[in-house]
Amino acid sequence: MSREELIAKLNAALEGWLDTNEQARTMPNNDIMIVLRSESLLEAMGRLRWDSAFEFSVLMNHLGVDYKDRFGVIYNIFSPSLGRKLTVKAYVEHEKPVVHTLESLYRGINWYERETYDMLGIVFRRHSNLRRLLLPEDWEGHPLRKDYVYPESYGGQDHSREDLLDSCASGKTAKGDSDG
Amino acid sequence: MEQYSAAEKIYELFSEKALALGIPEPVLVIAAYAIPCLVVINLIQGAAGMLTYAERKISADIQNRIGANRVGPFGLIQFLADGVKLFLKEDIIPDAADRKLFKLAPYIVLSSTVLAAIVVPFGGSFIVADLNIGLIFIIVVSSLLVVGFLMSGWASNNKWALLGGIRSAAQIISYEIPTALSLLCIVLITGTFSLQETVMSQGLWPWQWFIFHNPFSFVAFFIFFVSALAEMNRTPFDFPEAESELVSGYNVEYSGMRFSIFFIAEYGSIFIISGLAAAVFLGGGNIGLDPYESPLHMQLLMVGVFFAKTVPLCLVIIWVRWSMPRLRIDQMLTMCWKYFIPIAFACLVATAIWLLVFNGNGIFWRMPAP
Amino acid sequence: MAKYSSKEMVLNMGPHHPSTHGVLRFILQTDGEMMVKATPDVGFLHRGLEKIAEKVPWQSFMPYTDRIDYLASVNCNLGYALAVERLAGVEVPERAEYLRVIAAELGRLGSHFIGFGALLLDLGAVTPFVHALRERETFNDLMEMLTGARLTHNYVRIGGVSHDLPEGFLDKCREFVDHLEHEFIPEFNDLISFNSILINRLANVGVITEETAREFTLVGANLRGAGVPFDLRKDEPYSIYDRFEFDVPVGRGKFGQRGDCYDRYWVRVEEVTESCRIIRQAIDGLPGSGETRTRLPKVFKVPEGEAYVRTESPRGELGFYIISDGGKMPYRLKIRTGSFSSITIIEHISQGVMVADLVAIIGSLDVVAPEIDR
Repeated sequence: MSREELIAKLNAALEGWLDTNEQARTMPNNDIMIVLRSESLLEAMGRLRWDSAFEFSVLMNHLGVDYKDRFGVIYNIFSPSLGRKLTVKAYVEHEKPVVHTLESLYRGINWYERETYDMLGIVFRRHSNLRRLLLPEDWEGHPLRKDYVYPESYGGQDHSREDLLDSCASGKTAKGDSDG
Repeated sequence: MEQYSAAEKIYELFSEKALALGIPEPVLVIAAYAIPCLVVINLIQGAAGMLTYAERKISADIQNRIGANRVGPFGLIQFLADGVKLFLKEDIIPDAADRKLFKLAPYIVLSSTVLAAIVVPFGGSFIVADLNIGLIFIIVVSSLLVVGFLMSGWASNNKWALLGGIRSAAQIISYEIPTALSLLCIVLITGTFSLQETVMSQGLWPWQWFIFHNPFSFVAFFIFFVSALAEMNRTPFDFPEAESELVSGYNVEYSGMRFSIFFIAEYGSIFIISGLAAAVFLGGGNIGLDPYESPLHMQLLMVGVFFAKTVPLCLVIIWVRWSMPRLRIDQMLTMCWKYFIPIAFACLVATAIWLLVFNGNGIFWRMPAP
Repeated sequence: MAKYSSKEMVLNMGPHHPSTHGVLRFILQTDGEMMVKATPDVGFLHRGLEKIAEKVPWQSFMPYTDRIDYLASVNCNLGYALAVERLAGVEVPERAEYLRVIAAELGRLGSHFIGFGALLLDLGAVTPFVHALRERETFNDLMEMLTGARLTHNYVRIGGVSHDLPEGFLDKCREFVDHLEHEFIPEFNDLISFNSILINRLANVGVITEETAREFTLVGANLRGAGVPFDLRKDEPYSIYDRFEFDVPVGRGKFGQRGDCYDRYWVRVEEVTESCRIIRQAIDGLPGSGETRTRLPKVFKVPEGEAYVRTESPRGELGFYIISDGGKMPYRLKIRTGSFSSITIIEHISQGVMVADLVAIIGSLDVVAPEIDR
């Protein structure tokens, strides 16, 4: 199946679930990316997972992104039968970031979603065990959000590093880096 | 036969002179009993020390390393340096531990090893006490190990230690049975539990040893040796202290000298078990002469023969440790209950039948005339 | 009188435990020796690499990738470099591609030595581990020659590699590969691989079926051990892997069920030979001279876009999802690692096994803690 055919098929199969503002497009690594509406993520992903025309049965990767005005959840899935990869993205509003968990489709996604929750605070509805994964349970905030403020102390230990981070962000330490 | 005792012998030898010098009798008696004990304790410790050195060197050779070579010539007195280090270490007793049991446990373990050494004939008349229940005695006191291990595991108040203690109980109690049964095969042949007599009824040459008495005693030797490995918690049966599973097992909370006592006991029992195997199955220090009546230089030769048989067995135990992975606890118990015990029983029965059929004679070994 | 009740014991395995590789913690619910459940607790080595990536320029992140998986740092370098190159459209000189493959395959060897060596160590066999470490030492020497570092090699650069070959490297490398294939692996197999105690410990333990492996997104040798012949070097060739001839070892249930610990172990042992073949071919095909690095602009910017690029690291699929907003630094960088998916399956397959089996399972999955936590 060529790329165009697959895109056409995907568009037909996911009619009504796709985000109307975004087109299916080819990424720099030749993957196809489609954007779904976050409400219909579970239905659409279920179609991709179980439909015998696609069988995207392998989850390669999942991540969340903070696009400042909204969050994105991204799923990289792979179909062994088609031999094709697909990037599925859904945007979630910033104020109330909630999407449905995909645990029923990919059992291994449990920890990925926990990590996304941990790092970005995106809540996965009906997730079986939505606790922090990498950070301690009592950590405040979600570090990979762009508006994250570094805590000055944790557990009574001061570790404010304002200066270092500022100089890093302004690129002072980046001099000569093009030479490795 | 009259029971031989080194203490009595010492008393006999020196009492007249000592009494003439005016030393009171009770002191003399105490000294006569203390001397062999001290000798045995130090022998065990020395053997343990040398075995740790051997273990380091052999493991180093097996693993393409150099091993201990700094302290003394060829690193020979490395174990003394280790001992000094362990002495200087802080002795830590966890707050939540049962202090009395925690302190007592290492001594029970060590005393089990030292007690076993009492009846081992080191060749010639070098035996602390030739008890007429020698073999039973050795089986009984080596079971004391379980008490020590369980005690240390329980008293440490640590779950890993407790698991180690329970494992050792399951293991040692199970492997007691094949060990005892395989020794009984030999008891059937000799008709005595005395170790010195067992040694004396064998001879200098391999065909006079009990391992080659009949095919079943040959099997019994290997059952004994493997079961003894398990009783000593050596690889591939080192479950109670399985480093990668139970961290360090029953001795995980111990430090300093208490910790090293466990190790002295472990290496001491390697020596004792090898010595026992040599004495019972491989002729011990027997060179065809009466151990008590021979001149001193012949007796020392007997000691040499005994060590020449014991040391290779120790080295085999070390060799096995460094080339085998560890079994799993259920596989180990399966091996014991499903294979070793039935085989040991079969050996026992078959030996009895053999003796009945061949009138007590072995393949080469002949029953001495009464 | 105190009340006694019989219930499961909760046992805390790690973060300081000899066989939780790195700093990893398992909360075990055990019934004596039998395990009811093992729950992994991770995050002790979380260094926030993904956050750091958003704060450092594109090239400056390269040393951090060493720390993703310190046992095979070149492979992590390579994954990151490939991802950025794909997004930025940077071409890599031919010679650099070969050097990358040689370094990456050496990295795979070095990682597998620790991988199966540590598994054997966990099973109580110390000697094979030391023998594997001896080979790892040679690998370290070779990498020191090539990159100047013994652990965190930081060899690959965006658009090439950091240095050209040192003198005499290829001969030593070839010698090492020959030694591995003809001396080390046969000797190692004689020593331990076919030892019946080892087979008893590994066969039929921790069986992962093909479906379960796929469901839990297992990758790399663990997936191949389950019987799925999937290797990114073969199925989705990146760099120049399409030019080499090699086989993909797959678990066949050599001594037990397919997908047990022994299969995973054996796949790794066989992969050593395959990597040796690739290295030999790469040495033969290496162009005599040429550039080893594309010159990049002083201020290197990556055009806006997103890309997910995956490579086959020793622990399986190592993926970098990179989002660039056209600036000097990544906007978002997600590292997808093999150990992360391996550890999720432990909770599933550890039910009803013994504590000693858990150790074998962790070892056979070749979990490296920093790769989980990143």
